[in-house]
Amino acid sequence: MEKLHATDVLVIGGGLAGERCAIEAAAAGLDVVLLSVVPPRRSHSCAAQGGMQAALGNCVKAEGDDPTLHFLDTVRGSDWGADQEVARIFADEAPVAVRELAHWGVPWTRVRPGRNTYFVKGEKVEIEESEANAGLIMHRNFGGTAKWRACYASAGTGHAVLYAVDGEVVRLGIDVRERVEATALIHDAGRCWGAVTRCLRTGRLGAVLARATVVATGGHGRIYGQHTTNAIINEGTGTALALDTGRVPLGNMEAVQFHPTGLVPSGILVTEGCRGDGGHLLNRAGQRFMVELEPEKQELASRDVVSRHMMQQILDGHGVDSPFGPHLWLDLCHLGARHLQTKLREVSEICRDFLGIDPADEKIPVRPIQHYSMGGVRVNKDGQAYGLAGLFAVGEASCWDMHGFNRLGGNSLAETIVAGRVVGRRVAEYALAESLEVETALAGRFLSAEHKRVQGWLDRTGGGPSVYDVRDAIAETMVRRVGVFRSGPELERAVEELRQQLDRVERAALRSKAPGMNPELSFALRLRGMARLAYVTALGALARTESRGAHCRTDHPARDDVNWLNRTLAHWPEGASEPVLSYEPVGLLDLPPGDRGYGLSERIDMETSLESYNAGVEAAQRAAGSLPTAEPMGSRMRWRAWEGAPERPTPDRSE
Amino acid sequence: MAHESTDAARTLTFEIFRFNPEQPEVEPHLQSFELDETPYMTLFLALNRIREEQDPSLQFDFACRSAVCGSCGMLVNGRPRLACNTLTRDLPDVIRLHPLPAFQLIGDLSVDTGVWFREMHRRVESWVHERAPFDPEAPEERMDDELAQAIYEGERCIECGCCVAGCGVANVNPRFVGAAGMNRIARFMTDPRDARSDEDWFDVVSTEDGVFGCVGLMACHDVCPKGLPLLEVYAYLRRRMLGAGLSRGGSNELLQIEAA
Repeated sequence: MEKLHATDVLVIGGGLAGERCAIEAAAAGLDVVLLSVVPPRRSHSCAAQGGMQAALGNCVKAEGDDPTLHFLDTVRGSDWGADQEVARIFADEAPVAVRELAHWGVPWTRVRPGRNTYFVKGEKVEIEESEANAGLIMHRNFGGTAKWRACYASAGTGHAVLYAVDGEVVRLGIDVRERVEATALIHDAGRCWGAVTRCLRTGRLGAVLARATVVATGGHGRIYGQHTTNAIINEGTGTALALDTGRVPLGNMEAVQFHPTGLVPSGILVTEGCRGDGGHLLNRAGQRFMVELEPEKQELASRDVVSRHMMQQILDGHGVDSPFGPHLWLDLCHLGARHLQTKLREVSEICRDFLGIDPADEKIPVRPIQHYSMGGVRVNKDGQAYGLAGLFAVGEASCWDMHGFNRLGGNSLAETIVAGRVVGRRVAEYALAESLEVETALAGRFLSAEHKRVQGWLDRTGGGPSVYDVRDAIAETMVRRVGVFRSGPELERAVEELRQQLDRVERAALRSKAPGMNPELSFALRLRGMARLAYVTALGALARTESRGAHCRTDHPARDDVNWLNRTLAHWPEGASEPVLSYEPVGLLDLPPGDRGYGLSERIDMETSLESYNAGVEAAQRAAGSLPTAEPMGSRMRWRAWEGAPERPTPDRSE
Repeated sequence: MAHESTDAARTLTFEIFRFNPEQPEVEPHLQSFELDETPYMTLFLALNRIREEQDPSLQFDFACRSAVCGSCGMLVNGRPRLACNTLTRDLPDVIRLHPLPAFQLIGDLSVDTGVWFREMHRRVESWVHERAPFDPEAPEERMDDELAQAIYEGERCIECGCCVAGCGVANVNPRFVGAAGMNRIARFMTDPRDARSDEDWFDVVSTEDGVFGCVGLMACHDVCPKGLPLLEVYAYLRRRMLGAGLSRGGSNELLQIEAA
């Protein structure tokens, strides 16, 4: 018999969101078990490069910044798909979160008083930073923001933050189980009680029972195969487990971010900080096409907008041909070797290691590539999953939902910490209040079901497809048909193809029956989940007949606030062969839907008043499965605090 | 990137260490695989192709595949390095891969660097020892940017374990904190936010498990994939600890003469 372990809080995922959440629970005196498929410092949070958004307003180009402007930028960036109360909580708490990280040792870049040279909109400018702000946390420019707001440590921000946060985890003595993953959530009709676990050293199964369980497994970019900046571990494991319960919906799975500057051919991320610091995008003719296309923001429009313009350049034949397909250029040469080796050091290293070039001398080949999953486990503002008490989700695995249909650069690293603090507090409150009175037989049932699933893979014989073939076929469909530009006919084919892949998962056969963790078996156990995530993504995209943020339908180019100012929810009922889509309001509206200030302007405006939209939100979300929150809905809103703020998010209005 | 030649493709031979502790009856051995080289092929791409096309039981570790997570340290033709950013074009036709020594073997090329590093962090208490509790109402403490950059320099270690694997002492003394541990200590020593004094550090660092356990081969410095200045880290720590040792005095006559 496997060991059953009981604890107060089980956190699945050792990246920044999971660890920050675990710290909050441990600091409240609770026992925490944290599972991580890799040593936590190897989580993909470490790969976040350019920065973490927080409105400290410390440098000249950040003067006048405050959380309200950050809130505005975030909602506009989301194309009004965000839950505005969550965006407000986030923007208000981000400054404290960044300062807390400074307290924990993150070596944030600091304001250097005196004359500083920056690149702004293609021009070299000299700006005098004040003595008064000397030594405060510095900001760099990022896309879609009215002010310089991203706090950073060279281009290794995620790394520096993760090491500081993991240091706290070690200090608190949190029980971190490396190389252990969750393969199923243990639950009954209304409550989650922990997870079945699998050791990635030995392949042995076990179970952890907990008062509260937190999914923090990150994004699921790997449903796009190698066509993602994501680490190979970003397979959406926890998101799929939540879907598997049959009770918890996933939110806005069709909202997929493509980052403008993925390195060609490896797909490795090149930070937005490159453009924030003045880097240019060039086409084959050497033209800065973004200047004409987005006069206001140029290279620093939001990622969805920049990615679309880049793909259009490529489709129009302005790409640079290469053996790996057409690409565009990211030109950093004018920033100079010193800047590249200090402020963008990690970018220089990536270019050296993977292309053998020095970005001070040569342009970098880039093209848009899958980067971030705005969709995920749908949770309320406390991080509590819809439909299943005791289950929480945080970070990229969740749909909290501050990003809506497009996330701003630097907002995800900030989300991991802010949400980790906010949700961690709620998790702690829940675990302190709730019992752990559960039949161990329930855990036994889930455990034996997992045994059966493992044995099923090992017993299956015959010439079924390999798990890697199925993975590649899923990825091929996602890249070709559920990419930057989408259309009804393509999405119909995508749904059809992915349906076939779901069936192929059930026929796939292992080539290796090696004892122990068996890497092929380990992957096979995640494959159905990945196929399901891909399927609900394509279904949601097909159903959503509008263009909003990163979801761009060429056959429905307008943002439709009459019919689609809502969030997609995807349930997969137990035993069902098909998921069920439903919709809920995005949340309370404070900032009325309007023009983002960049990108597409075509839209169908809502006909109802904000008041009548807002009046229906709470009941509709409750009906969709939202569980009661610690504070009432709207408690954190600062209604119309944005009045008088610049209508359009323009970084250089003062010039 | 235009000058990568796509012709003149080589056939590479990989000789890979195999051992699965869950299958102890099969002795450790080297297994050969052949693979056609492709442009910009890294060991990440090559090993995944071998696993997916030839032997699905092959164990190895990758995560970010962009040389920032530190998962994929291994011996490549005898030298510790990251596999993900090693381009095959820089290697000979025969590529021999072994797991990093000094760490617990998990299987084939996979080793338990995570547990080693966690234990090291526990021992050196690798977190800022705060001078006062965090005040959420207060603005951040100021720091000179030069100092922030200096701390970041030490923060750049990705804990891949190459320095530990390449270290003559760490291979025989599992308690030796190694260059990665020393670097971590130096990073906190240079951080004014950390309350620990040289006196506090002395007992952690000035032992045979610490800076005075190093025999000066400095392979760590040579193999660090991030180019961390580990030589300077050692020099810095020894100087600081010498100072702390002298001020502590003690019974050693030579020290007392020196201190006087």
